[in-house]
Amino acid sequence: MTTGQLLTGNAAAAWGARLADVDYIPAFPITPQTEIIELLAQWSANGDIPARFVTMDSEHSMLTAAGAGAAAGARVFTATSSQGLLYGFEVLYTIAGWRVPLVLVNVSRALASPITLEADHNDILAARDTGFLQIHAETCQEIVDSILIAYRLAEDERVMLPVLVNLDGFTLSFTREPVTLPPPAAVAEFLPAYRPRHAYIRGDKPMAQGAAVLGGAPYSYFRYQQQRAQENALAMHQTIAEEFAVRFGRRYDLIESFQLDDADYVLVMSNAFATKGKAAVQRWRARGIKIGLLRLRVVRPFPAEAIAATLAGRKAVAIIDQNLAPGSGGILYPEIATALYHETQRPPLLSVIGGLGGKDISEGEFEAVFHHLERAAVGEHVVSPLLLYTKLEQERTRTLLQIAGKETSL
Amino acid sequence: MTLPTSPELESIKTLKQIAREEFILPGTAICGGCGGLEALRLAAKVLGPKTVFVNAAGCFTLLATFPYTPFKGSWLYTTMASAAAGAQGVRDALDVLIARGKLPAEDDVEVVVVAGDGSTYDMALSSTSGALFRGLDFWYFCYDNESYGNTGMQMSSATPYGARTATTPVGVKARAGTEHGKKDLFEIWRAHRPAYLATVSPRFPIDLTNKFLKAKTLCGPKLFIAHAPCPTGWLYDPEQTADYARLAVETGIFALKEAVDGAVTHTYVPRRHRPVEEYLQGQGRYRHLFEPTRNEGALRQIQDQVDRYWAEVHETTGAAR
Repeated sequence: MTTGQLLTGNAAAAWGARLADVDYIPAFPITPQTEIIELLAQWSANGDIPARFVTMDSEHSMLTAAGAGAAAGARVFTATSSQGLLYGFEVLYTIAGWRVPLVLVNVSRALASPITLEADHNDILAARDTGFLQIHAETCQEIVDSILIAYRLAEDERVMLPVLVNLDGFTLSFTREPVTLPPPAAVAEFLPAYRPRHAYIRGDKPMAQGAAVLGGAPYSYFRYQQQRAQENALAMHQTIAEEFAVRFGRRYDLIESFQLDDADYVLVMSNAFATKGKAAVQRWRARGIKIGLLRLRVVRPFPAEAIAATLAGRKAVAIIDQNLAPGSGGILYPEIATALYHETQRPPLLSVIGGLGGKDISEGEFEAVFHHLERAAVGEHVVSPLLLYTKLEQERTRTLLQIAGKETSL
Repeated sequence: MTLPTSPELESIKTLKQIAREEFILPGTAICGGCGGLEALRLAAKVLGPKTVFVNAAGCFTLLATFPYTPFKGSWLYTTMASAAAGAQGVRDALDVLIARGKLPAEDDVEVVVVAGDGSTYDMALSSTSGALFRGLDFWYFCYDNESYGNTGMQMSSATPYGARTATTPVGVKARAGTEHGKKDLFEIWRAHRPAYLATVSPRFPIDLTNKFLKAKTLCGPKLFIAHAPCPTGWLYDPEQTADYARLAVETGIFALKEAVDGAVTHTYVPRRHRPVEEYLQGQGRYRHLFEPTRNEGALRQIQDQVDRYWAEVHETTGAAR
């Protein structure tokens, strides 16, 4: 096996599962995630991996089997996307309540309707309150590494929660990037064989998982335990990431700071389009503008302290949400605003919606965002959320509407 | 799937041959007189202590109420629609852990879905079909009380024609209450050709025990529909559960049968079936068929359906009536 090669994001995810030496992969296909399970199916068929691969009848069944497999003490991996994640939704809450560790990759794809195939984050962010931890990857390399970190995190006895690792459909899923695969022996040292520490199913050791509770007091107790576990995960992630950096030379923090040391202005982004944001930052830097980017990497648990510490005292901050909560705006914007609430040096916060359904964010749109950041920094009121939509896109959409017989002012 | 099949187990002939040991202990939150729990109690005597009950939301979810369970085996609550998929996950995981040497084979368990008719006939049909299609080596125990019992007796697709439920009330336009016939789950399941499929009644414990003993020798899906008379929902005195369980079989309304790899055998055929009215009368859910005036049409329809079923049985098996 070579250590450096060109891999799609999907192949990188499959490699993450392979390197983690998983026992069980219940699967169900959905675009753009299919390549992940196809690769794992092929490896399983060839005997390259010892995992049992089973095609299930739906995501709802797939996630139940995944959680139940973990409850029986197996290391479990599976993947889904978009509508599939939503179809399995009640199971996410159920298995997080079982406190079983497993890794679920979500390949972000915008939700119906209208139906589409390209990415935004309404699917993954809808799962933010399920009890799953969430890691959002920007690059194919980060996908492999995050899956290995995710298993360490999930299986830590202070955490014991399933983890969602997110990558963007198309922009990462089918894009080849150079990836360094960690050597299996080194991975085995970093991520030893799974020794279940939760109640698990054994003939000589009966247990009950998901038992009913009567009354709110025991229910509150178990829910609070999940909150505590999420809080523990913040510290554990840092410890595990440190160890990962020492072993493999790549460092992952809860948030990524890009050109932030002296930055007056900050873009907050997540996932693959953060790369475009970084390119915009570099263009502005070349013009002498002090700007940087904060990339949200771990979204659950929410690293509020790290975000507040990083953003306090800046002149203006724009949060680019690649999602839409209709009737409210961006989903991450209020979370970041909340994180900053207690800061005395709270910067003005601009809410921007961009990249819905995989729509590009052009250089011109970044310029528009910067224009608004400058205005906000001098105390001007900026209407937000701002929806990024170019004149050209507007004209093209109008043409489509005319073809559809809808004469309307857009 | 990888478990070897056991040698043929000896079938029993008398009640005394049923194990004395209890694997479901008393003191649960289940209603007094629950026919379904009695059937499960008998089944557990064959299944033994090394089990995991994978549960779908329903009455029996209250069996495991933190921090108590009445089982000697394990318990895993899933969701209403996916208990069979939960069984798949447990079975697969144990198989692969044993195969990889991570788990000693003696730590293996029987994987048993426990679900009511509401989830079984309705929401969980798809996930169960998936498990049957994949030939999963598991047990499915459906306690069929012919309604969504845990939520207060609403119609499920197992509710028989003529029964009144909270969502199929009797009115001027709906004199029979439930106007659909009961979904034929036995045939739906049988079309998947499971290793073993049977109906059981808590009032026929020898028949029930022998069916579980036979299933224990087989590898693959082993499915049971247990008639579960429900005093709370059907509105009769709890002490009459045994009577109604017996009458359901004696009137021919509930047929005791099995299918091994698809071939059906009726395991108990009364020489003469008693009139269905003996079973219907006295149950609150059918009172409107008798009071204030008899609904002759509905009663005839129920009797005719039972007669037609058994005529077909006698025709296909060639048995004399």
